Amino acid sequence: MTTAQIIFLVVAAVTLASAFMVVTTRNLIHAALWLVATLFGVAVTYALLDAGFLAVVQVVVYIGAIAILFIFAVMLTRKEMRDQGPQLNSGWWISALLAVLTFGGLVGMLWGWRGMDTLASEMPVGFDSINALGDALISPNAFVLPFEVASVLLLAALVGAVYVAFNPRSGDSRK
Amino acid sequence: MIPLSWYLIFAAGLFSLGLFGVLARRNAVAILLGVELMLNAVNINLAAFWRYGNVADMTGQVFAIIVFAVAAAEVAVGLALVISVYRSRNTVVADEIDMLKW
Repeated sequence: MTTAQIIFLVVAAVTLASAFMVVTTRNLIHAALWLVATLFGVAVTYALLDAGFLAVVQVVVYIGAIAILFIFAVMLTRKEMRDQGPQLNSGWWISALLAVLTFGGLVGMLWGWRGMDTLASEMPVGFDSINALGDALISPNAFVLPFEVASVLLLAALVGAVYVAFNPRSGDSRK
Repeated sequence: MIPLSWYLIFAAGLFSLGLFGVLARRNAVAILLGVELMLNAVNINLAAFWRYGNVADMTGQVFAIIVFAVAAAEVAVGLALVISVYRSRNTVVADEIDMLKW
């Protein structure tokens, strides 16, 4: 057991436990806060994988924006199903069975694959992965087109979210 | 050193938990929380395959970033839909949102 392995096991256990709380806890505000813990664990996993940029973006975008958006949405829709009534639907055991089968199927499929015990090669000396990532995102030979498509998608989502959430009855912005 | 399999099994567990959340929860916001867990599991796989494959080939990280963008867009539109439905139907329970059924 090396230090990295111990860190990974602790982080994975904490992350999976928080993810379990996200899908089972009754209070939705608590579920959103457990999601923050899960996302932080995933950020630590990225750091273990030497993907520093992804770790930072995970904290800024997921925890800073998406999790806060969830907390806002829970607070805006809360009074209806507070903490009473079942939080899981009546067929939840079928869902649990399906989830366990999916996990078993994925692990079983991976079991027969010979690349399972691959160890990471050493990072090449002088290789800056953030630099290479930036080059790949704007290079015409690499990923400039998916990058632009993603920005168009974000713009469309921005316009769509404003349009869908706008209430024409309560506020007329033209006045 | 950590074998690749640890990351893949960890991501499979996270994905299955998210799948359970999507299928079993009644609240529409909680369903979106499950979707986030599944997207994160996919991202762990992308980053792990980048690190354990050819490090100079950035495809894995680039696709992880595009998944980030798609997740942000999906959450913004999804929560806007939930708030809009809540305003007109006064419910966020997925079973009771059945305007498209008859």
